Amino acid sequence: MSSSPAVTPDRSAPGGQRIRVLYFAWVRERVGRAEEVLDVPSSVTSVADLVGWLRQRGPEYADAFERPEIVRAAIDQTHVRPAAAIAGAREVAFFPPVTGG
Amino acid sequence: MTVRVQAEDFDSAAEVRRLNGTSTDAGAIVTFTGTVRGESHGQRLILMELEHYPGMTEAELARIEQEARSRWPLTASLIIHRYGRLLPGDNIVLVVTVSRHRQAAFAAAEFLMDYLKTRAPFWKKETLSDGTGGWVDARETDDTALERWAMPDVTAATAP
Repeated sequence: MSSSPAVTPDRSAPGGQRIRVLYFAWVRERVGRAEEVLDVPSSVTSVADLVGWLRQRGPEYADAFERPEIVRAAIDQTHVRPAAAIAGAREVAFFPPVTGG
Repeated sequence: MTVRVQAEDFDSAAEVRRLNGTSTDAGAIVTFTGTVRGESHGQRLILMELEHYPGMTEAELARIEQEARSRWPLTASLIIHRYGRLLPGDNIVLVVTVSRHRQAAFAAAEFLMDYLKTRAPFWKKETLSDGTGGWVDARETDDTALERWAMPDVTAATAP
């Protein structure tokens, strides 16, 4: 077996969870995809933790979350603050401040 | 009490007739239509693309409408918001509030627009005549408008 860590194994860390993560507007453009299903380790317990974990995943994530203070989040289609717990979340979305109306 | 999110255009007069039906309860109907401005940053606007979050958009608009109905005695209300590719002059959003008296209808319509602009998950992307453009920045004035209604900001940033 190669020692290359190129492919993330499809397994959850003990106590971790599988979450559908969605990206919108320029967050989507920078990450390079609209959504993905991720196995998040148990050490990641809040939205802020999830942002920190995503930023380690690659330059496209580091770029999208370069200024995490301006990125908004929703859990299961409800706005949340950075300290919100992700336990039990099925869907977490990241997006810029909204500009509708 | 209706919320619609659609790519298609809407006819505000037809929507008001449909909403009010044959009822004679209303003494006041306020209609607000938001349209695409043909100018941005001193340039001519060529195209506006509106992205949204299907599912959350409808849920959030319904929550906003419910909040308005808990504050004012509305006999009917309607929110329609479009998404997709829009051109200058095109309709973007329609808010209709119906009440027995004008104060409630005016206030509720303004509340709905202020809330919608800061909470409904829509994002505008502009293409301008000089080739520039990009995602529209959120306006601080929208957050200031929200403060008038003394509601907590539930859309805080992701960093602590």
